[in-house]
Amino acid sequence: MSGQPLLSVRDAHRDYPHSGEPVHAVRGVSLQVTEGEYVAIVGPSGCGKSTLLNLLGAIDRPTTGSVTIGGTAVSALPDKAATHFRLTNIGFVFQRFYLLPVLTAQENIELPMAEAKVALAERHERARELLGYVGLAARADHRPAELSGGEQQRVAIARALANRPIVLLADEPTGELDARTGGEVIALFDRLNREGMTIVVVTHDEKLAGAARRVIHMLDGRIVRDEPLLRRA
Amino acid sequence: MRFQLAALSLRRHASRTLLAVLGVAVSAAMLLDMVMLATGMRQSFASLLGRNGFTIRVSPRGTLPFDTEATIAQAGDATAAIARISGVTAVAPVLGTTIHVLGARAPVTAFALGVDPAVQGDYQLLSGRDPAANELVASDALLRATGARVGDTLDVAVGFDPQLRTYTGRRRVAISGRARFTYLSADDRAAALQLATVQAMGGADRADRASLFMVRTAPNVDPEAARVAIERALPRVTALSTAGAVAEAERRLSYFRQLAFILGAVSLIVGFLLVTTIVTVSVNERIGEIAIMRAIGVSRIHVVQQIVIEGIGLSLTGAAAGLVLGVFTAQWLNSILRGFPGLPDAIDFFLFQPNSAFRALALLVASGVAAGIYPAWRAASLPISATLREEAVG
Repeated sequence: MSGQPLLSVRDAHRDYPHSGEPVHAVRGVSLQVTEGEYVAIVGPSGCGKSTLLNLLGAIDRPTTGSVTIGGTAVSALPDKAATHFRLTNIGFVFQRFYLLPVLTAQENIELPMAEAKVALAERHERARELLGYVGLAARADHRPAELSGGEQQRVAIARALANRPIVLLADEPTGELDARTGGEVIALFDRLNREGMTIVVVTHDEKLAGAARRVIHMLDGRIVRDEPLLRRA
Repeated sequence: MRFQLAALSLRRHASRTLLAVLGVAVSAAMLLDMVMLATGMRQSFASLLGRNGFTIRVSPRGTLPFDTEATIAQAGDATAAIARISGVTAVAPVLGTTIHVLGARAPVTAFALGVDPAVQGDYQLLSGRDPAANELVASDALLRATGARVGDTLDVAVGFDPQLRTYTGRRRVAISGRARFTYLSADDRAAALQLATVQAMGGADRADRASLFMVRTAPNVDPEAARVAIERALPRVTALSTAGAVAEAERRLSYFRQLAFILGAVSLIVGFLLVTTIVTVSVNERIGEIAIMRAIGVSRIHVVQQIVIEGIGLSLTGAAAGLVLGVFTAQWLNSILRGFPGLPDAIDFFLFQPNSAFRALALLVASGVAAGIYPAWRAASLPISATLREEAVG
């Protein structure tokens, strides 16, 4: 690995109470991701990869251990500060897209910018630019129900990029898509990474994992293998 | 964008939103009507008593005006004594009696007032002129019942001896005008004659007597001080200021007010529960969306604000519709209740008072805000990752 570590996880544990018994979702994971990396986290269902992604994205806190993003110890941030950190530094993409159904594609992209108090004209311009980037300039005024799954996921990616995050986190971004539209998302991620975006994806999709530059294998809440792949031309 | 999101969320289930608004509107209308009922009678009674500027009523000791048939003797002296009291500007003696209008048809019974036309406050002339000696002004109901018109002469008696089956205190009286009687209903058969005429017709029993004195005081004089002075000067009377009369009426109408208060409170609670239910259902349906908003960095307070705005939207729209509905309902109910026999025309059961109405509706809207806060805060405080996991499984 080269460059500065952007994400750093140190001996993180995450336990959930379940029927009075703790479930150890993440057990002592340590990990560093440098700026510009494209990392895929793979493993069987229930191995803790989504939990680890949530810890990396500051939407969950480790029971013990620490998570640092861009020099900020996010695991120690109070809720308000963590929320603002997510807004301005992290882009999330989810398996189920989770666009707000009452908003148009453009409005969905503008939502995090509005929250960040970006001026209206700038929001419009940035949203249109992002829609063009993901190939959906003509669908700006369409609501999610009027878009295909692949289009919705591309809008979700554009939303994740709205506030120019330092890292893009994606949880099974191709999980609900067919091979063709999944391929479009993979290509988009590839393009983003080539342009310098740090990406961490959790996936079962071998094609998506294969597109990453580094693959981390998890099993039973632990990292069992961490392998850099050959950088393609 | 919070307002836009709130509005769009309400539009998302338009029929449900419409039903909720209608529910809040009915609740608001009921609350408004209860507020109008609680204050309406008191206000319209006070307004009725305050007409013509009379601020004190003087009746036989221990009675309220026209509560009994008791009268005050030596009315002339009493009038003079009251008139001498500092701050009193006018004294209007009134003698109430029952009259029988005799004629070719069956006798018509009516309520008659002996007044001093120069200072009286019991009627307003609609046509004709004030009564001179042996003249009367009549209500439309009395004119209809007797078939008489202004200018006609009536055969009038003030008493009936059942043993001899003869009428007493009989006199021919000309109709000098038509009048509306302030303290009587439009359907009451009523007449006003000169006080001296009524006293003379009543014979020895009515000579120099009055049922009531209505007293005007100067604007800069405290009526309560004048009232005390009257009672001190005339120990055989009870003097009641308008404020005292309103307080007495309020005491007698306390059941009305309690009923209105309870029903108003129930309306408020129903409105609150309705908005809480609708907002809770709406929030529960969107729990995943809310978790996503939180995940992408929307602050908890902004999520709460958006949901509370939805509650305010429901409450405000419902309150506005309820205002219209409540006013129409009140007018309709008022027209029914004012049909009760014997009620003065000027009495309103439901009186729209903007301040009270808007305070009540503001309370309803405030309850809508409170209704939104709990479900909003609960939803915005759910753990994001666990909620997303559950939503993904669901």
